[in-house]
Amino acid sequence: MNELREHVIKLFEADTRLDGRKLTDYRPVKLEVGITSTAEGSSRVKIGQTDVMVGIKVEVMQPYPDTPGEGSIMVGAELLPLSNPDFEPGPPSIQAVELARIVDRGIRESKCLDFKKLCIKEGEKIWMIIIDICTINDAGNLPDASALAAIAALKNMKFPEYKDDKIDYKKKTNKGLDLKDTPLSVTVIKIGDKFIVDPDYDEGKVVDARLTVASLSDGTLCALQKGGDYPLSADDVSKMVDIGIEKGKELRKLVK
Amino acid sequence: MAYKERLDKRKFDEPRKIEAKAGVIPNADGSAYFKIGNTAAYAAVYGPRNLHPKFLQDPSKGILRCHYNMMPFSSSGDRVRPGGSRRSKEISMVTEKSLLPVLDLKEYPNSVVDVFIELPETEAGSRCAGICAASMALADAGLAMKDLVAAVSVGRVDDKLVVDLDYKEESYEDGPVADIPLAMMPNHDRVTLLQMDGLISKDDLKKVLGMGKKVLKDIYEVQKKALKDKYK
Repeated sequence: MNELREHVIKLFEADTRLDGRKLTDYRPVKLEVGITSTAEGSSRVKIGQTDVMVGIKVEVMQPYPDTPGEGSIMVGAELLPLSNPDFEPGPPSIQAVELARIVDRGIRESKCLDFKKLCIKEGEKIWMIIIDICTINDAGNLPDASALAAIAALKNMKFPEYKDDKIDYKKKTNKGLDLKDTPLSVTVIKIGDKFIVDPDYDEGKVVDARLTVASLSDGTLCALQKGGDYPLSADDVSKMVDIGIEKGKELRKLVK
Repeated sequence: MAYKERLDKRKFDEPRKIEAKAGVIPNADGSAYFKIGNTAAYAAVYGPRNLHPKFLQDPSKGILRCHYNMMPFSSSGDRVRPGGSRRSKEISMVTEKSLLPVLDLKEYPNSVVDVFIELPETEAGSRCAGICAASMALADAGLAMKDLVAAVSVGRVDDKLVVDLDYKEESYEDGPVADIPLAMMPNHDRVTLLQMDGLISKDDLKKVLGMGKKVLKDIYEVQKKALKDKYK
């Protein structure tokens, strides 16, 4: 592991990486929407060999007692054992929970979704939008792939018909979600004293620190999450946020 | 009232449209995709690899473990809660039994071959689609096999015998329905999965198994072609 780290840092000094990319280049990013007929909205994102699917189901529920006039979202992440030999079947691991929460906050805190519009009858019935992330192949950088897939799936979503207190999933309406912005997450990685984005599987193993930066189209930040074992200086944070916002703008062009 | 014509206009012995592809998951030792109608399955094989905990190990041969799982958004009804159900456990078990007869795991004592089946989209026939994908993934992993396993559901809708029931046929209400998931080793003429829900006469069962056998030969050709196409 130490050899890998030293090798990776040596490459960074020469402004290149294991696969020949520049430090702040993504691998090729491919986005597809409407990939499954059973979900109300869906998408699939491939970043290099990383492959993630997101599907959205909706349910009608009672509102939470503290927000009787608001609907809500829920994000789940399944690190499927099919996508990585180290993932095991069973209850969600801590990595899966963190991934789901990063994606959740990126969307929720951006306020791009007006939860009041998801209210059907105050105090009684609301729409719950459930976003499920499923990994097909993990070749590094699941957080950025998942966040991009989640926002694309939300934009792809259409409500099913709701009549006489029942959802008819077979009948989709033309009504989608009214998203005011496109929040996107970029995870900036620090290894040695260099910053990179979109780590592949090997780079992901030698990360010192990471910062997931969720931002809106005007560059406003909407969520942050620091990870990794090493601390960051205020100067590091400022540089990483700059990279995150800049790269977020590039990814945003892919979302229609 | 008789069932004169299938709801989606297929012939009575005609399966839905099939797509198959091998080698779709780079991390896996073998993988495949199999789609029939609106039911899609991914399968990944990991192993033979070390088996832990140790008490599960068999010193005389390797073991096969299958996990069947529907993705939370894969049902056209309510969301499927993650974490497995009694249904998914049983399907995992029958999938395992349907694949075991084609494998020879004597070469791999104390090891496990893990097969993970994931369904992003389902509309009847998901265990059969899963078995088709899994058998291709095992072949793609380079394991010694004496045959592939092909699977499809057969059955009866009212007075007609049919192959590959879709959701509307499974829930047909104007007459009796029998749904029979069937898997076979096409070159050995052996049945490795047989379940049934519903009512059918002994003679009709014989007839419909014959219809299934024919279609399974075609599915086998699709699987074989997909495996070969990977090396084109």
